[in-house]
Amino acid sequence: MLVLIGVLLVIVGFAIRLNPLIVVTVAGIVTALLGGMNPAQILESFGTGFASSRSVTIFVAVLPVVGIIEFFGLQEQAKTLIGRLAKLTAGRVLIGYLAVRQITAAVGLTSIGGHAQTVRPLVFPMAEGAALRRYGHVPEKISEKIKGHSAGADNVGVFFGEDVFVAVGSILLITTFVDTTYHLHLEPLQLALWAIPTAIAAFLIHGFRLLRLDKQLDKEYREFELTAEKETAGEAK
Amino acid sequence: MINVEAVYWLVGILFVAWASLIAADTNHPRRWGSSAFWGLLGLCFFYSTWVQAGTAPGWILGVAVLVLVVLASTGLLGHGKHRTSTGPEREAFAKRFGNKLFIPALTLPLVTVILVLAAPVLVIGGTPLLDPKNTTLVALAIGAVAAVVVALLILKPKNPATPLFESRRILESIGWAALLPQMLTTLGILFTKAGVGTAVGTLASGLLPKGSLIAGVLVYCIGMFLFTVLMGNGFAAFPIMTAAIGWPVLVETFHGDPAIVFAIGMLAGFCGTLCTPMAANFNLVPSALLEMDNKYGVIAAQVGTAIPLLAVNIALMYFLAFH
Repeated sequence: MLVLIGVLLVIVGFAIRLNPLIVVTVAGIVTALLGGMNPAQILESFGTGFASSRSVTIFVAVLPVVGIIEFFGLQEQAKTLIGRLAKLTAGRVLIGYLAVRQITAAVGLTSIGGHAQTVRPLVFPMAEGAALRRYGHVPEKISEKIKGHSAGADNVGVFFGEDVFVAVGSILLITTFVDTTYHLHLEPLQLALWAIPTAIAAFLIHGFRLLRLDKQLDKEYREFELTAEKETAGEAK
Repeated sequence: MINVEAVYWLVGILFVAWASLIAADTNHPRRWGSSAFWGLLGLCFFYSTWVQAGTAPGWILGVAVLVLVVLASTGLLGHGKHRTSTGPEREAFAKRFGNKLFIPALTLPLVTVILVLAAPVLVIGGTPLLDPKNTTLVALAIGAVAAVVVALLILKPKNPATPLFESRRILESIGWAALLPQMLTTLGILFTKAGVGTAVGTLASGLLPKGSLIAGVLVYCIGMFLFTVLMGNGFAAFPIMTAAIGWPVLVETFHGDPAIVFAIGMLAGFCGTLCTPMAANFNLVPSALLEMDNKYGVIAAQVGTAIPLLAVNIALMYFLAFH
């Protein structure tokens, strides 16, 4: 039970907003020491852990193309394009992306999108472009909210889409673990099938929240205008 | 065959190139600390190839990783001032190129997907062209290179190194968050080795009242959720919660359908992934990438979906898995 101190360190560290890198490193060292590892083994674990997890950092390979197209005004063009479509709101743009992301992930095409590839250069500017068309000006607070929801739509779409595809990591993990430990024989297809109800629920819940997002943004913009008016009125006196 | 190691070397080369740009930038407020951080990170990507193959000692890499953590958390890593195109310049470029700007953006996913789909038939002399174990990663890297080439051909920047300059700007806005996902994976490994999982499993089965199906479903799903929040992914939580509750209680005692119990149990864990800073690549890297003020802003946007969805998963398991 003593090893749970490491978990506690993580929770406290994140809660008091220390630099997560330090929190994670210290928690790792403490846990390993409590678990009876010696310093040499701990260093070895940091090394092998880094080497075997390099795949999560591959996203930086897409930064050069994102960088050059942003330099030449991709975000501006995405905004202009969305601005022409009167019916689109930030919430509706994001629902569209959620649907595309979930459906493509469900047929195994998880690599079609991502935070670096699609969210930063395309999805966020489009959602913000829709808000710009609606309000004529996007205050920082609203932009921040749209950013959070742009990344959120990507995560929800891919998490609850990919499990409907048979050859995805989590499904294969379940079958390998269960088959070797309990001598069952589970078909990946059965597991994928039973992920469908949750996938539908995820789309409905998140889609509903994105529709409400538009109303929230309307409200926040009205509040913003009111305070702005008060300020100018104050100056006039 | 294009091996996944080649992709890691491409990433390593990029890090070293960015580090050299920073080293050459005399106006950079943290010139040496920053270039040391990104350069060392790049070298670690090369050296890891031999660690992974078991031909080089891992502890040297471990020391380098700890140096990276120290550089990043003692304020030696910083942001440079970047000269990039101004707002009006971008508006003008956007007018000039119009929708052509989308071509490189779409080249990336298109090439990736085509390569992933065509990988099984891309065989030269009996060996597959793309590493069959890591097809997606290799395809993504090729897609990224192809997209840069297409962008250079269409946009014809004055300086052909523009993609490198401009990506350095994005990289520096991500900062130390770029290293966090890998550190969290290491933490997960250390947790598992030290027996954190078994301790949590014992705790969870101790909480469970005997003979109640609904209590079993609740502890399994909520346990998957909380354990995923702690570890950052459902993969670490699944074997432990399943050994503690999923298999002995839900399948053996209550005769639940294993496919339904395990599929939905894993999805309950995914709800946890939406709520945790430990899943840095999904929740913290994006807020850095989008240059948000609140680095927990992505999680804030997702919690409202994760909690009701967890409830839905509990209900689905309870009503579908036990006949």
